[in-house]
Amino acid sequence: MEVPVATERNSIQARSRAWLRASLSQIRVQARRPGDFAFRVLLYLFVGIVLVIVLGIGWVLLSSSWPTIQQFGFKYLTNPAFDPIHNTFGVGPALFGTFFTSAFAILLAVPLSVGTAIFLTEFCPRRLRFPLAFLVDTLAAIPSVAIGLWGFLVFAPWLQQTGEPWLQQHLGFLPFFQGTPYGVGMLAAGLILTAMILPIITAISREVMVVVPVSQREAMLALGATRWEVIRYAVLPYGRVGITGGAILGLGRALGETIAVTLVIGNQATPPSASLFQTGYTLSSVIVNQFGEATPGVFLSAVLEAGLLLLLITLLTNILARLLIARMGRVGGGLTA
Amino acid sequence: MSVTAQSTKSNPFEAERNGLQLRRSIVNKLSIILTGFFAICASLFLIYLIGYIAAKGLQFINANFFTQRPRAPGETGGGWATALQGSAILITLATIIGVPLGMAVGIFLSEVGRGPFASFVRFLVDTLTGIPTIIFGLFAWVLIVVPSHSFSAVSGGVALGIIMIPTVARATEEVLRLVPNDQREASAALGATHSRTIMQVVVPAARSGIVTGVMLALARVAGETAPLLMTAGGTPFFNTNLFHQIDAIPLRIFNFTLSPYQIERDQAFSGALVLIVFVVITSLAVRWATGGFKRRGR
Repeated sequence: MEVPVATERNSIQARSRAWLRASLSQIRVQARRPGDFAFRVLLYLFVGIVLVIVLGIGWVLLSSSWPTIQQFGFKYLTNPAFDPIHNTFGVGPALFGTFFTSAFAILLAVPLSVGTAIFLTEFCPRRLRFPLAFLVDTLAAIPSVAIGLWGFLVFAPWLQQTGEPWLQQHLGFLPFFQGTPYGVGMLAAGLILTAMILPIITAISREVMVVVPVSQREAMLALGATRWEVIRYAVLPYGRVGITGGAILGLGRALGETIAVTLVIGNQATPPSASLFQTGYTLSSVIVNQFGEATPGVFLSAVLEAGLLLLLITLLTNILARLLIARMGRVGGGLTA
Repeated sequence: MSVTAQSTKSNPFEAERNGLQLRRSIVNKLSIILTGFFAICASLFLIYLIGYIAAKGLQFINANFFTQRPRAPGETGGGWATALQGSAILITLATIIGVPLGMAVGIFLSEVGRGPFASFVRFLVDTLTGIPTIIFGLFAWVLIVVPSHSFSAVSGGVALGIIMIPTVARATEEVLRLVPNDQREASAALGATHSRTIMQVVVPAARSGIVTGVMLALARVAGETAPLLMTAGGTPFFNTNLFHQIDAIPLRIFNFTLSPYQIERDQAFSGALVLIVFVVITSLAVRWATGGFKRRGR
């Protein structure tokens, strides 16, 4: 299968010439049908606008946060003060709060939602399946501000009066339950995020479990496995990649969630610790709290850099999740076909 | 699928392996109970949340709520008419911006685009789905609000419109792919050009699916708060000037949540109730419609 380099180059030239000729003739054909041509131009124009918007978001955020990037560099990521009076800006506590609440939420939400998905696809009586699945799906449709309203006016006060003192009394020796219970804080934010990402991870886990081939389950049952063993040794390993993708998609949602978290996280920087009772910031709550006062110049640019960071973090998580889910789709499709 | 641990009891070595069998059976039952508990917890949380918001919010749902503008802080009475009007204007603007762009991308991806450029477009549209909505708010804020020194309905509409694009685009692409190729070929055989085939045969055939996608996107942006904070701004006055700040239901809920007055905090629940009812009814309608669409499609 050795192809001489010269022929290769020739063939590329030939191909490109053929492509050029084809597209020229296509344009000529299209010019003969003005309606078609105009439609195509309009379509490409609209698609172009969307592309400009998507790329423009990245460019606008990057260029407008350039002054802070230049002035503070990587110190912006660790500096604990976001202080327009002393003209020093950083998102250290916000980065910590973003990852802390999201990690807490994902640790809690993954077992809960995989469990829910297992019940809905494997165990649930047929009559209950539709209403339960509908309720879990509807949870995803509840606007963030409604959950935040409940979290701030009902849930956080309850945590302060009842929930957190109880935790401190019984589990106070753990590093997670130290300090003064304020109600608002990492615990409230993490729990509310859990409720918000649960339906997403559940939905994707269900989709993944449904594509596991029946033959896999039947093989396991034929070996005398219980229904749980079928799930544990046939369904879950098969769907592992897809479920991980769903979890990361949920993580991306948790990292970017704004209003509900802003309402319940306290928006008061404390020295980072492992305690869930501490109040804090997330990247998005910094933006919500600061954009109103932002004066043009470094302050404005610092707010926008928080947005840029949020964009980068969520982009990376989402691309990773999508790659994993796409791979799962291919594997599943390949095996069932 | 009704095979359980009991069915292996005819095993001659039962006596020896009883402990193991028992454990497997217990683990199996425990897993059913535990996962069932999780599923029921998630469902009950939703029922509780809606129930609580309804119980708190229903007291203010009356004619005033839909016709009056908000009173001065702390005064009793007043309604959410400004917020309802503002939300309607913002959603209309978002639809005008988001639906044509989203549909164009969907048509392009399903009917016209091929090769790496189409994959690139699809990748970018997918990326849009995952970006936190506050980023779109920042985008519209930097481009429109900061230069014009004023919050405006237009900037809010732009932010919400961009949020609608990926939902509409993916829905359009998916339903256009469900349209059988026979229809395109039949249209071409009758001498219709490509654009006529798309606009007069393929898109009308997928109309209900596209409408569904648009409704889904509407429901999604109706509850958006973060991007509106920095674009629409919120105001207790009626406003039809698209270049001035404008009220919206989610904004009013957010502001009333943080209000020092009990009555405003209670009214926030009424607003949330109206919003949830709108969103849930829309997604119910969509679910019903997609069920219908898929049945007919097959």
